[in-house]
Amino acid sequence: MARARNQKLMTADQVAGRIESGMTIGIGGWGSRRKPMALVRALLRSDVTDLTVVSYGGPDVGLLAAAGRVRKLVAAFVTLDSIPLEPHFRAARQSGGFELMELDEAMFMWGLTAAAHRLPFLPVRSGLGSDVMTVNPSLRTVTSPYEDGEEFVAAPALRLDAALVHLNRADAYGNAQYLGPDPYFDDLFCEAATDAYVSCERVVETAEFAEAGGPQTLLVGRQEVTGVVEAPNGAHFTSCVPDYGRDEPFQAAYAKAAADPAAWREFTERFLDGDEDAYQAAVAAFAKEGA
Amino acid sequence: MSEGTAPGAAATRAEYCVIACAEAWRGDGEILASPMGTVPTIGARLAKLTFAPELLLTDGEALLIGDVPGLGEAARVVEGWLPYRRHLAMVTGGKRHVMMGASQLDRYGNQNISCIGDWRRPDRQLLGVRGAPANTLNNPTSYWVPKHSTRVLVEKADMVCGVGYERAAAAGPSATRFHRIPRVVTDLAVLDFETTDHRMRVRSLHPGVSPERLREATGFPLDVPADVPRTREPSAEELRLIREVIDPRGLREREVRP
Repeated sequence: MARARNQKLMTADQVAGRIESGMTIGIGGWGSRRKPMALVRALLRSDVTDLTVVSYGGPDVGLLAAAGRVRKLVAAFVTLDSIPLEPHFRAARQSGGFELMELDEAMFMWGLTAAAHRLPFLPVRSGLGSDVMTVNPSLRTVTSPYEDGEEFVAAPALRLDAALVHLNRADAYGNAQYLGPDPYFDDLFCEAATDAYVSCERVVETAEFAEAGGPQTLLVGRQEVTGVVEAPNGAHFTSCVPDYGRDEPFQAAYAKAAADPAAWREFTERFLDGDEDAYQAAVAAFAKEGA
Repeated sequence: MSEGTAPGAAATRAEYCVIACAEAWRGDGEILASPMGTVPTIGARLAKLTFAPELLLTDGEALLIGDVPGLGEAARVVEGWLPYRRHLAMVTGGKRHVMMGASQLDRYGNQNISCIGDWRRPDRQLLGVRGAPANTLNNPTSYWVPKHSTRVLVEKADMVCGVGYERAAAAGPSATRFHRIPRVVTDLAVLDFETTDHRMRVRSLHPGVSPERLREATGFPLDVPADVPRTREPSAEELRLIREVIDPRGLREREVRP
């Protein structure tokens, strides 16, 4: 008789329970787009701290920084897209809130790629001549061994203890599907990590994937995945097209509150002090007020 | 009610800026025009609708669009797929000419969008370096400055994100191999680096701007010859496309204040 297959369903709080203080975690998405916010909110409810966060940064970085959970950030930018500057990130940087490894977007991609391929680095032209080299004195260059003899930056592998990503659909085994126009780098984050945790809008039967999109939409493979979390509206307030777009009124309220300590305490009490169900109920009430 | 300029009215400063941005992509051929900001976006679309139909444009997300919609309108034709990973590959492959913004820009074209002050604990944290280091070393990178002032055109950029000419030269042949800054378009003038030592020079002054005003608004010595050309006039057809097709709501006038 066949052995039952390993199912990986867990809750967001169970994922947070597997993240240890001091770990290096990669967070998928890009800016304020398809961020695994339900998983980030679970981290905020845990006592995990001293994290090294690797991210094409958005409000994931802002929330973790505001809660004092970040020891070091590895990023090329932190932005809310429609609001260019992330207020918590700004405040943390201006008060020396954490260490920063500021990389170019391309160096970051090749660093993740190197980690996914189990290489120590990959050569890139990007960075030469810029202050990325000055502010990261540990960066090294490498000379081509071929006759061109060109010198490149050796973009160091961005190896992760854990990756957190949010996709549109997943099955219980860890296969995950994106249905929007951009995969971002979620597959790379998972491949660069020792353990990858995928939250999704809806857990489906494996056979259902084909109804939603072609095989190229199956971005993350189960061989990379440790845990699957069903988290409807789990990217809120960032975008998760085609399931939903960015919640711009909510993001504007977040940014406004973040700029003022008293307003931020109020925002935290209203939205973040409870569990995920309480968050989603408070968001629904907020939307109703604005309607 | 349209907020745009009345048909037949003389070109506004913002419209000269659109023309100057469009001109940056003239002769580029079949490459991606990556405009950042409202005026460069109008400029790229104008170039595509007129003298540079080969240009590729995105919807600002992951799609290459086959038509030229007005600002804020959705494209009806998709001709390709350009998610971030392929976009970054297009940068390093060189088939792209980006027009970036700049919080600071110095006389050699070193650009800063990361932070103001000491990087270790900045006075003002901005975006971060983003793709500026890769852009400048791999594909032509122009700049758009909607408010030319001594705060932006500075003696020295606090954190060099986009690499300028003298820094690229100091970094060696790998850095200079594909490095080029074709244009800097501001609300006062068009500038470039076509001098023997690649110091910024004035390519043209926008109509209505005096040499003194340009010099005063620039934070480093800038030679403005008496016979410096004026930015060219838009044609009647270009003005119609800007005002009626690409930007009927007049968003350009919010980015460039008279």
